[in-house]
Amino acid sequence: MIKIRGLKKRFGTNEVLKGIDLDVKKGEVLSVIGASGSGKSTLLYCINGLEPIQDGYIEVDDTRVHDRNTNVNLLRQKLGMVFQQWNSFPHLTALENVALAPRIVRKKSKREAQEIAKKQLSHVGLGDKLDAYPNSLSGGQQQRLAIARALAMEPEYMLFDEATSALDPELVGEVLDTMRLLADEGMTMICVTHEMGFAKDVSDRVAYFHQGILEEVGPPSQIFGNPTSEHTKKFLSKTR
Amino acid sequence: MDYNFHWRPVFRALPDLFEAALITLEISTLSILLGIVLGMVLAISKMKGPWPLRALAIGWIEIARNTPALFQLFFFGFGLGAFGLHLSPYMIVLIGLTYNNAGYLAETFRGGINAVPETQVKAGRSLGMTATQVFTRIIAPQVLKIVYHPMTNQFVWAVLMSSLGMLVGFRELSGETQFFASKTFRIFEYFAVTALIYYVIVKIILGVSKLIAWRAFRWGN
Repeated sequence: MIKIRGLKKRFGTNEVLKGIDLDVKKGEVLSVIGASGSGKSTLLYCINGLEPIQDGYIEVDDTRVHDRNTNVNLLRQKLGMVFQQWNSFPHLTALENVALAPRIVRKKSKREAQEIAKKQLSHVGLGDKLDAYPNSLSGGQQQRLAIARALAMEPEYMLFDEATSALDPELVGEVLDTMRLLADEGMTMICVTHEMGFAKDVSDRVAYFHQGILEEVGPPSQIFGNPTSEHTKKFLSKTR
Repeated sequence: MDYNFHWRPVFRALPDLFEAALITLEISTLSILLGIVLGMVLAISKMKGPWPLRALAIGWIEIARNTPALFQLFFFGFGLGAFGLHLSPYMIVLIGLTYNNAGYLAETFRGGINAVPETQVKAGRSLGMTATQVFTRIIAPQVLKIVYHPMTNQFVWAVLMSSLGMLVGFRELSGETQFFASKTFRIFEYFAVTALIYYVIVKIILGVSKLIAWRAFRWGN
């Protein structure tokens, strides 16, 4: 379980998260929606310790992410992350992209790491692209490669940071399908997204962020059907 | 014009010239290898070092890039000599060239490192890699591709610059040529042949470099 309490995050004098309390249970799919600059992506970066925080805490399975004694490299093995800019490693083939971390972080043998990589690449539908370099893959394929790469570390949580917003419209579907697949398999997911359809259909709960505040959180039926906050209503009326 | 060309003395000296060419190749290779290591240290010092280290790196790079290479050699020769520190001609050329190479390569490396998106670091770290693993496995290979051709150019420069060695009494290819030329007064013939040797050396370096690049960087466009 991920437990967030009183989380505050500033960039200089700009406070982007103004005291967030949020729990994400095992097996849950949480979609995070809100306008650009509302702090949703920053929340993900804080959860896996890529950004320091100023106040409050985040616990992943009772381990404090920002505690000085926490081995953050070890903790990150539990937290797969997929970025908006898919960030494939351009000098490595698809297989090598996925096999690298299992090999050098989890110290698997070369063969074992490659087996894991093959399995995960087939999992996301790239079983026929093992030897392809990223520059010969489409954006959607590169994003699925990034998902396979994160899955290869056998994470318990997956964090998606606007995984589809840098993609051409016709490529969004294949990535969302992959995310749906993971959700169906019971992966715990936090998805920062602008895809309202996905948020509505796939998530167990939806969180709406407004200017650094968690304005409203609840099941999709509530957020989309009967939002209580004026800000949420306004935001949703603009996105549809 | 009634100059008579005499090539025979040059041909007789060819074995000596080839031997000197090997010295040229040796000293420029050493200076480029040392230059790569020091250039990397300078680049990182300039980007991330504490201020004394940064100041040192900036001073080094500025002087290396903005003063004649010959003066840099003179400094390590006659300059240090004035303070009672006498280096052998070999050391003067090696240190001088290394100093110059490191300064130029530092800026090349800095540009290369800056050209790799910061998000690559984040992607690596998010997989649980340490900062060192990210640098060696993800950043460095990409930097290497970006700086590869400038690095080859610098190597070629080092070969050609090493001819300045003859002005501090070093018998590399140019020094050796000068030695024979002044013995026989066949100055044009000697330097024409030597120019050809330089040309061939540079072409070989460029050819080998291209071959390595073709093997190593298949992942690029």
